[in-house]
Amino acid sequence: MLTKPQLLQAYTTMRTIREFEERLHTEFASGDIPGFVHLYAGEEAAATGVCMHLGDHDCIASTHRGHGHCIAKGMDVHAMMAEIWGKRTGVCHGKGGSMHVADLSIGMMGANGIVGGGGPLICGAALAAKRKGNKGVGVCFFGDGASNQGAIFEAMNLASVWQLPAIFVAENNGYAEATSSTWSVAGGSIADRASGCGMPGVQVDGFDFFAVYEAAGTAIRRAREGGGPSLIEVKFMRFFGHFEGDQQTYRAPGEVQKLRETSDCLRQFAARVTKSGEITWAELEQRDREARALIDEAVRRAKADPKPAAADLLTDVYVSY
Amino acid sequence: MARKITFRQAIHEALVQEMTRDPTVIVMGEDNAGGMGAPGEQDAWGGVLGVTKGLYHQFPGRVLDTPISEAAFIGAAIGAAACGLRPVAELMFIDFMGVCLDQILNQAAKFKYMFGGKAKTPVVIRTMIGAGLRAAAQHSQCLYSLFTHVPGLKVVIPSTPYDAKGLLIESIRDNDPVIFCEHKLLYGLEGDVPEESYIVPFGEASVVREGDDVTVVALARMVHFAQQAADALQRKGIHCEVIDPRTTSPLDEDTILESVEKTGRLVVVDESNPRCSMASDIAGLVAQRAFKALKAPIEQVTAPHTPAPFSDVLEDLYVPSPAKIEAAVTRVREYR
Repeated sequence: MLTKPQLLQAYTTMRTIREFEERLHTEFASGDIPGFVHLYAGEEAAATGVCMHLGDHDCIASTHRGHGHCIAKGMDVHAMMAEIWGKRTGVCHGKGGSMHVADLSIGMMGANGIVGGGGPLICGAALAAKRKGNKGVGVCFFGDGASNQGAIFEAMNLASVWQLPAIFVAENNGYAEATSSTWSVAGGSIADRASGCGMPGVQVDGFDFFAVYEAAGTAIRRAREGGGPSLIEVKFMRFFGHFEGDQQTYRAPGEVQKLRETSDCLRQFAARVTKSGEITWAELEQRDREARALIDEAVRRAKADPKPAAADLLTDVYVSY
Repeated sequence: MARKITFRQAIHEALVQEMTRDPTVIVMGEDNAGGMGAPGEQDAWGGVLGVTKGLYHQFPGRVLDTPISEAAFIGAAIGAAACGLRPVAELMFIDFMGVCLDQILNQAAKFKYMFGGKAKTPVVIRTMIGAGLRAAAQHSQCLYSLFTHVPGLKVVIPSTPYDAKGLLIESIRDNDPVIFCEHKLLYGLEGDVPEESYIVPFGEASVVREGDDVTVVALARMVHFAQQAADALQRKGIHCEVIDPRTTSPLDEDTILESVEKTGRLVVVDESNPRCSMASDIAGLVAQRAFKALKAPIEQVTAPHTPAPFSDVLEDLYVPSPAKIEAAVTRVREYR
């Protein structure tokens, strides 16, 4: 059972991610944000439900759609925003951007511009935790697209062979770019692929925070206790396109509108906790206002922050040379 | 105390000494022990060429055999490095980079820069290079120029047992990803190696032979071929200065340029294919930065622009030979 502070934390994290992404959607349209931006709106329950179980000694590997994982893992929201604006104050000093935002000090090993790139890396993080004996785990978030990459298959096999404290979280959001996962994932189930690698695999409703939280808890406990890796397939649909600017003509008419009305993790969460009487609507609305204010401030500061200096181009290539 | 040991023993000794010194150093690769899950001996192989033999029992839990799954375990080594270990991963043949290049090119090499300087990735990838074993196209390449091209990777190419030990220790202690290239025909080479631990710093070329007439820059096995050619040329009164850069990233440009300032003539010997190679890179460097000193066109002695062939007659033609080096030196020496 989640305590009231935990429930509020979960809601706040999901709301912060949603505000962050909705705001980026608006800001991107103004032409201010450079490069490619892939939004996580609709998927908040996955990052939140998993990362609620993690501490700084646990590592996550993320994807090109990584903002939600960053926020759920505790990354500073202004430093993220500044990074996405390409500012020197960004968490990566403006050298990484949306697709490579990382903060190793909190175990966030990076969004990743390479689909499936995080699988092998998280095996290494889990191996390091195992060697250190600190009960840490590694969580690899990857998408339905990455589920078909060799690196993910290889990583799951290695994690099982080495009995690593690793959790593979497949975020099946319906589409890899413009291709439906119902077409690209042979066999139809990513979760079923776990059995081929000798690990448990479960499928959960990704719009249901509680379902994700419970499945992640089981897998993470198992990993911490030396039981080895697990796979969780989280099923949902993203609310925006593959990247900002995607016209999404591959989607059904009205698809997103319907999702927002019937399958929104935040709405489902709010309905459940208010109905049970654990939290009041007023308490949630206060969290909504706080999240909005946090994002407003992050955007305001990011816009005003300085760009990198020309000399920054040539630094940080090597630790020593 | 120096004594004669082989290139293979020198690498083994470097691993033993660093694993003893630093408990975060681990070793992983295909059959680095050998025999996992099989009914016979554990530590059956010690790597395909026996370099890691014995480490498995000497350092329990720190020698990890892997499935034949390079993308996974090279990436795992990189991820573990980012999380505080110092893995030495063995990629059996550099040719196999093809199946795990993303983890090296887009992950390890980029972390430091794209994370705003806030990452270190102290991973060493040991890998075999070179032709000469009749191993043909997929087990004979050099490819070090490919990694030299990539910012964020350091590339190390020892040619002697002494350098192999000192450079490997330096590689393990370095906080950047290192591609450590071991020429497969050098493992049996003997040379003087101190018993104690020592480092050979990166970016310091070795002038293996001094001479005033022609500068010969060579890497890995080609250093020895250049020496053979220089011996023959010396009998004809031509004195070569043979330089082994030892690391191509960083590259000791000054030693090469100073030598060409003295000799005015340059031959670069590189077992790789010629296009975008270390030969063309060093030739370009000298053409730009020592143009006035040059008395003759730069010669490049390389493999041809073909895959490595299988048949012995073809492979012997493919690999640069002492005779070809001698001919190139003679051409630049006689150029008027």
